[in-house]
Amino acid sequence: MTVVNATSLQQALEALHDHPGARLVQGGTDLMVEVNFNRTTLHDVVALRRVNELKRWHIAEDSQTIRLGAGIPYAEMERSPLCHHLPALAQAARTVGSPQIRAAGSLGGNLGTCSPAGDGLPVLSALDATVHLQSLDASRDLSIHEFMLGVKKNARQPNEVIVAVTLPVLNGFQGYAKVGTRNAMVISAASVCVVHDALGGTIRVALGAVAPTVVRTREAEAWLASQTNLAAPLTVTPELAREFGRRAAAECSPIDDHRSTASYRRHAIAVLVERLLLRANDHGKSPR
Amino acid sequence: MTTKTSTQRRGALGSSALRPDGIPKVQGRFAFSSDAWADSMLWGATLRSPHPHARIVSIDVSGALAINGVSAVITAKDVPGQLTYGLIASDQPVFASEMVRYAGEPVAAVAADHPETARRALDAIRVDYEVLPPLVDAEDAISGSFPAIHPDGNVIRRQRIIRGDQSFVGDVVVEGYYDVGMQDQAFLGLEAALALPDDAGGGVELFVATQWLHEDQKQIAACLDLPIEKVRLTLGGVGGAFGGREDISLQVHCCLLALTTGRPIKMQYGREESFFGHIHRHPARIFMRHHADWDGTLRRVEARVVLDGGAYASTSSAVLINAVTHMQGPYKCEMATVDGYAVRSNNPPCGAMRGFGVVQACFAHESQMDKLAAACGLDPVDIRLKNAMRTGDRLITGQVMDSVAPVERCIRETAAIPLPEPLPADPDPLLIPGGAGLTARRGNITRGIGWGVSIKNLMYSEGFDDYATARCRLANGVATLQFATAEVGQGFVVLAQQIARTVLGVDTVLLEPISTAIGSAGSTSASRQTWMSGGAVDGACRLVRERLFEHVAATHHVDPLRLVIDGTDVVDSMGTLRVTVTEASKDLTFDETFEHHHRATEELDENGQGNCHVAFAFVAHRAVVDVDTELGLVKVVQVATAQDVGRVLNPLAALGQVEGGIAQGLGLAVMEEIVLENGRMRNPSFTDYLLPTALDAPEVVVSMIEEPEPQAPLGAKGIGEPPCISVTPAIVAAIRQATGKELPRVPVRPHDIVFG
Repeated sequence: MTVVNATSLQQALEALHDHPGARLVQGGTDLMVEVNFNRTTLHDVVALRRVNELKRWHIAEDSQTIRLGAGIPYAEMERSPLCHHLPALAQAARTVGSPQIRAAGSLGGNLGTCSPAGDGLPVLSALDATVHLQSLDASRDLSIHEFMLGVKKNARQPNEVIVAVTLPVLNGFQGYAKVGTRNAMVISAASVCVVHDALGGTIRVALGAVAPTVVRTREAEAWLASQTNLAAPLTVTPELAREFGRRAAAECSPIDDHRSTASYRRHAIAVLVERLLLRANDHGKSPR
Repeated sequence: MTTKTSTQRRGALGSSALRPDGIPKVQGRFAFSSDAWADSMLWGATLRSPHPHARIVSIDVSGALAINGVSAVITAKDVPGQLTYGLIASDQPVFASEMVRYAGEPVAAVAADHPETARRALDAIRVDYEVLPPLVDAEDAISGSFPAIHPDGNVIRRQRIIRGDQSFVGDVVVEGYYDVGMQDQAFLGLEAALALPDDAGGGVELFVATQWLHEDQKQIAACLDLPIEKVRLTLGGVGGAFGGREDISLQVHCCLLALTTGRPIKMQYGREESFFGHIHRHPARIFMRHHADWDGTLRRVEARVVLDGGAYASTSSAVLINAVTHMQGPYKCEMATVDGYAVRSNNPPCGAMRGFGVVQACFAHESQMDKLAAACGLDPVDIRLKNAMRTGDRLITGQVMDSVAPVERCIRETAAIPLPEPLPADPDPLLIPGGAGLTARRGNITRGIGWGVSIKNLMYSEGFDDYATARCRLANGVATLQFATAEVGQGFVVLAQQIARTVLGVDTVLLEPISTAIGSAGSTSASRQTWMSGGAVDGACRLVRERLFEHVAATHHVDPLRLVIDGTDVVDSMGTLRVTVTEASKDLTFDETFEHHHRATEELDENGQGNCHVAFAFVAHRAVVDVDTELGLVKVVQVATAQDVGRVLNPLAALGQVEGGIAQGLGLAVMEEIVLENGRMRNPSFTDYLLPTALDAPEVVVSMIEEPEPQAPLGAKGIGEPPCISVTPAIVAAIRQATGKELPRVPVRPHDIVFG
């Protein structure tokens, strides 16, 4: 077994090249659970925790996009200034595990594990994120929708490191909500991200933990766009929001398990989509 | 909370004396049993059945023994003594030999030079199972429709209570079915032990986290076929118990590996194994029917109680007795028809957990009292006040309530605690239902209020003499105490010091290791150690004080009866003599041992009649909850409680028991449940077995009702169990009020609220 504690991206990529099939570890909040429960046997490991390039973020010169290193811990996303640029991501980050987990866990880990209950993934989906992958001799960009393939399955090649994601800087409402049977530190039974692109005139909705992978509700989104003008300011009626929630929930395919039931999950999705759309509608308006 | 300013001497009874283990625990310096270490020790590990019900066709350990670093592999055929153990019936195999009866049952154990080697050795043991259909429905055990899964049969115990007119029908009749899910003790300090073989190999010393050293000692010695004195136990640091350490878990395996290898053996469970390694709270299905007069006066209770005991008996028969004898609740009731079953199944074994059968009974009777109140047009408080039990009332077992019984005062003082502020227009989102999930806004939330009141027996019942022993030595003004009382986190170590300081007028009180070197203290269970071991320490200290007074009296030519302790001095109450305890005990040693026994109790007869319990304590809870009715999410805002404690001996420790018990009862109300599917646990981890977090815990407002109990040596009742009992129905009643749903089952899950 070889463990490479990389201190630069170049070193990590070389190690991955030298040890094909090595497991990547960033915060270790998923991998070490697998190891401790004897569900995986580690051979070679490339640790990314000390790779500072993966912990940086910046806003593009044109102010249109923001690029987040894949190793930025959730704790940083919760805080200023990142929380102002990406409010839904900040809200999602706050729901991840405990403070200790949030200090270690990262979007790179969420993407690498690719669980449908990954808390950051609905936000990436709703924002149509671009995932940046790099190997020793190549780099490529994938849409988040092409990256996530199924339950714990993604498009990363064994020799690639997930280095960053790029997200649009938008002007409208961004919100996230998650249901679990406890008021904190709980795995999602259902989660929703709603993004309003005021300039583009779209409402984008992504659902977590209710299908083999994160669901974008494109039919419901198109239906909503046909019903009302989504360019700011929104004028969504409660009836419209309710119907939108119902339609979004129709696009998921939840299961019964020990955490919840399929019928409750579908119901929760409808409620959360409705509520988040109404929050989007209230966004920026003075309270009545 | 309400606290009283103590006028007591620092560290004496009545003060919030600091625990000797408190600062080390906070600083991470306290040695828990999992920290035990010995040179040249080996690591033990347990192979468990993956099947809930199967016949063992063969076990081949040769592959494990062939692994470098593996010193021993043991199975049932290596057990030298009794092949089974158990707290009441010896029905649980040390290792399964022919049959496995629950998923997780031990089949073999290994000793190896490293935990990872031990794990590989477990993987290399080949067990052929003939898988059988599991018995998982308690009714199948009762009906006899399933073949016996154990030589002792599928019904562990049946007990009826028959009292009064069996055909009485009240003016008002309410009824319902109530279900309680399987709760786990979820103590934070996992099972761990270190066994050291004697040099000669004829005995073993065990450092272990347990609740009752002497009971473990007895069961271990029988399985090892050793004389009892050859098995010596010392308490390892215990990180919580709640009933989950009453039964044997790894003790016999660890000792047997030590004797087999001649090396020290360390065993410790991880969190997942812990779920399989200890018993749980009995899931229950209870039918209840209440009969009352038009004005709400309770006349008769009918109940059918079914507890699923899982694969082995553990304490099921005693848990059943507690459940059936507490079905009337803390209310006067002259007639009863109760039928109770504790049954065997291929589910995980169940036994003791904080509240011990009364938790299940209380959820049913308190839900019923609310139904009765509604049917009679009464307020939930009024119906409880109207029926509140008093000292002198007769229980449905015929036993006369002769404990202090301030039920009415518990209710009134709880009602007098101010309600929390209404939710503000723009509340902190973390503090409303959904919490960090940001699911709700103010407009989605409905507030509800609910009540629960309970009665709980203290100490062991049905003729059991669970005495406690303590020894006190006084020399040069320093007291040294010795007892085998398991300190599991409740704080007996500080209470013992407080007693000695108060009785003997000393400041320094040393504690000997907690071990079997002294007589039994009984179990740290049943809310009994303050009363029982407290009584023993008090008795030993009083004997020493008598010796001290006799010595001072002889030296100073006064009547010893005139001497008293004043602060840290011995004083002649009728003269001028004043001498410090330190001076009076200079170069002397007074050494006394005392056994405290509670009064005798009786077994129940076939109609459930008899003086089976020692004493009782009472408590009232009022819960205020906020519910997101559309999503079925709950935030418990406040729990107000007035508890009958007899006397507060350490205000901070008492508050800790109350707040902790309420958190545990809240867990059962809204989230804690072991989910089973055909006998298999689906959530044996803290990822999916949810315990309340700080964001789930309510504000707790406490009123301690101090009416000293004449029977109790220190006037203090046990306070450990009552806080967790009626808080569960109180929270559920509050959710019912907020939602209008029936909610006959705990834990209440979001989908129960949405679709119920």
